[in-house]
Amino acid sequence: MKSINANGQQHALAALARSVSIGLTFLVSPATALAAYDVNIAAPASPISSQIYGLHMYILYVCAAIFVVVFALMFYSIFKFRRSNGSKPDVNFHESTLIEIIWTVIPFVILLFMAIPATKTVLDMKDTTNPDMTVKVTGYQWGWRYDYAAEEVGFYSSLSTPWSQIGQPGEKATEEKGKDYLLEVDNPMVVPVGKRVRLLVTSNDVIHGWYVPQLGVNQYGIPGFVKDVWFKADKVGTFKGQCSQICGKLHGYMPITVVVKSEADYAKWVAEAKARWGAAPAAAAAATPAAVATPEPGKPLTLVDLKAAGEKVYAANCVTCHQASGKGMPPTFPALSGSKVVLGPTEGQINILLNGKPGTAMASFARLSDFEIAAVMTYTKNSWDNSTGKFVTPDDIKAKRKS
Amino acid sequence: MASVTTHDHAHDHGHDHDHHGPGPWTRIFTTTNHKDIGSMYLWFSLLMFFVGGAMALLIRAELFTPGLQVVQPEVFNSLTTVHALVMIFGAVMPAFVGFANWLIPLQIGAADMAFPRMNNWSFWLMIPATVLLMASFFVPGGAAASGWTLYPPLSTQGGIGVDMTIIAIHILGASSIMGSINIITTILNMRAPGMTLMRMPMFVWTWLITAYLIIAVMPVLAGCITMLLTDRHFGTAFFNAAGGGDPTMFMHIFWFFGHPEVYILILPAFGIMSQIIPTFSRKPLFGYASMVYATASIAILSFIVWGHHMFTVGMPAAGQLFFMYATMLIAVPTGVKIFNWIATMWRGSITFETPMLFAIGFLCMFTLGGFSGLVLSIVPVDITLHNTYYVVAHFHYVLFPGAIWALMAGVYFWLPKWTGRMYNETLGKWHFWLSAISFNVTFFPQHFLGLAGMPRRIPDYALQFAEWNMISTIGAFALGFSQLLFVYNVFSCIRSGEKAKERQWDSADSLEWTHLPSPVPYHTFEMPPDLRGAKAVH
Repeated sequence: MKSINANGQQHALAALARSVSIGLTFLVSPATALAAYDVNIAAPASPISSQIYGLHMYILYVCAAIFVVVFALMFYSIFKFRRSNGSKPDVNFHESTLIEIIWTVIPFVILLFMAIPATKTVLDMKDTTNPDMTVKVTGYQWGWRYDYAAEEVGFYSSLSTPWSQIGQPGEKATEEKGKDYLLEVDNPMVVPVGKRVRLLVTSNDVIHGWYVPQLGVNQYGIPGFVKDVWFKADKVGTFKGQCSQICGKLHGYMPITVVVKSEADYAKWVAEAKARWGAAPAAAAAATPAAVATPEPGKPLTLVDLKAAGEKVYAANCVTCHQASGKGMPPTFPALSGSKVVLGPTEGQINILLNGKPGTAMASFARLSDFEIAAVMTYTKNSWDNSTGKFVTPDDIKAKRKS
Repeated sequence: MASVTTHDHAHDHGHDHDHHGPGPWTRIFTTTNHKDIGSMYLWFSLLMFFVGGAMALLIRAELFTPGLQVVQPEVFNSLTTVHALVMIFGAVMPAFVGFANWLIPLQIGAADMAFPRMNNWSFWLMIPATVLLMASFFVPGGAAASGWTLYPPLSTQGGIGVDMTIIAIHILGASSIMGSINIITTILNMRAPGMTLMRMPMFVWTWLITAYLIIAVMPVLAGCITMLLTDRHFGTAFFNAAGGGDPTMFMHIFWFFGHPEVYILILPAFGIMSQIIPTFSRKPLFGYASMVYATASIAILSFIVWGHHMFTVGMPAAGQLFFMYATMLIAVPTGVKIFNWIATMWRGSITFETPMLFAIGFLCMFTLGGFSGLVLSIVPVDITLHNTYYVVAHFHYVLFPGAIWALMAGVYFWLPKWTGRMYNETLGKWHFWLSAISFNVTFFPQHFLGLAGMPRRIPDYALQFAEWNMISTIGAFALGFSQLLFVYNVFSCIRSGEKAKERQWDSADSLEWTHLPSPVPYHTFEMPPDLRGAKAVH
């Protein structure tokens, strides 16, 4: 995100900050190679965000003007009327109805001039009529799902930065942080340029915030309710944002990426997406976000194959809470190694995976395919201290899904 | 403050029942003296200020560079949650109640608070509440991690720590309500003859209005978190759509409490400012009556602006516009206050002792916080800045140099009266300048982070936010450690400060300065002073 350096003052500020940081080089991590002293709202990329940008600059200039007047008066009185300057107090100057009226009315008038353009933008933002297309956005702990109603495409989108770049307290990151650190996703939302896109924002669990500043959208997804909001991207490009409402442990790790494509490229993407995620949104619930392919039907499944596939599913979906060691982070995130649920009857574990555990951070993973659930269960039953020698088949999952 | 240890002789002065005086420990538990209780409130809030500050430094340490280094994300969320609760309910509110206890009886010429035993009880209630809140870090599931606003359904997910937090807030709320009943009753019934309402010092006025705010909104908060508790354990569905409830309703109820709460934290600070600025300008407060009306207007407006905390829930345009206009309107009475303070300095004879430095710092920084507040009142701009660091910067500009500096200015201002000793002026000035610089280093860059789109309450961030975060963290540590100067100054003042004069500040004109020696005796105004016909004391 490049800052818009609308005036020289910001250049000066950035330069000042840069020199401060040079002074601190000994403290500075390699990340500084990407030094970005942004001091303003990112370049707008939609009519609404352009209006927001303009409004903000306008209010900022008005505030700057008031600032100059108020601080000039304040510092004038501090310097002029200090005792060391020989100033004698004028104790009778402590009441004036006229002055009180003046400094009540002037701010009121200034506010009117702020309210008028703001009102216009509010009405524009709220006008979600006549969309060219509609996308349903669902927040999850911790990722997003996009369902394109007309195109009949639906898919999940979650953080693709590997944990090896993030690290752990007491455990340094083993990989250097990439340039899109924490702002990259596996499957971005894709929209055509210049079209009115209406978003229906909701959530599957807790409140999330779908926030992409350059498109002028920041909308809570509230479980059980659908709120609508719209944007129209002015230009082709990639626009990034993050979840804006605290939603639990990995709130900081659920970025949003919107890729805006030309109409032709968008059509191409739709075709590819259909092939990949196929079918209608409802059926797509069973589509796989992870790169674990379901083996051909009829091929006999072995424990070794299932466990190997399960390890990948585990790494993509479970590891952040239950940890690679299977020890979890009790008590919030219980251990799977030695867990009664994992070692106990298969039905119990399938039930938790399909339905989640209400009142805890354990969400439903019904969105995984039957094969993936079977694989990850087999993995948990045969890893760490667990060695049941048992494996679970996709048919077990299918049976349970139906009941 | 020193009265706790050094004024046993003062018992001779009074004819109370504990003539022989209880031991120091018994006295701490049983005292009903407004000065003892005021001191206890102040010490307690000072302790909590450092507890909350330590959490803030852990947060800033984690944010020093990108990546996870210091705490797990879940613990980080608990830290931001409890930092806010501790600072609001443990540090700022009790500190102002401490000032109210110490000063209201002295400034209106009353012998004590109206309900001394309830006064004792409202202090001691805070201890179990705080223990509950802090202990929640060590229970299975950890402390509440949903942000201090406790929005469901996230807060319904947490463990027993959330229940402990809810109970703690209940108890603290009860304590605040009792304190407010006491303050209102004292002010309305126990003023000395001639101390009419429109002659009361501004500090008393602001507390009278604040106390009404507390009584109006604390029960709302109590209802709100009780519904949360029953949703969690007793199968209700107030905030669960699956059962016919609505998470948005929680936000409405919470912020109906939450916005007046903001003014609960700042109105008494306005009161302290309105006493310090005239004193060091050697002029009466400019526009006393309009200051009273402005305070009341702010209080009334505070009930109709709560929606501006939730512009992104998807409320209708009419709702957004109403809350935007109402919010902008608050700038008018707040501006009146700022202008009146400047006019108070105008044609004055200003000196710059530590309390005045903090007061001027308050004026400058609070005005900046007001500007960012105005920016945030504009709905479209708020939507792009909602839940970003811009908001964090905004409320720290109004709460740290606002509420906290007012408290510190007040401590420096009244310490000579309370202890009979002077603090160290040089150290006080160092404290001010270090705080002023490091505060701005900490929080000014957070405006930039917010504008660039960095969300709040995240333990880790994208690389483009790295530079300002690092600078902010450096500032935060400097700011935190600068506050130790304050503690040292207060302790050394009590132990070995120079003797203070009865009227340490030559033009301070409220009753504690004009009618009472320094230090103030343990019992004061057993016979109310007769102020009929005397000149106004503000």
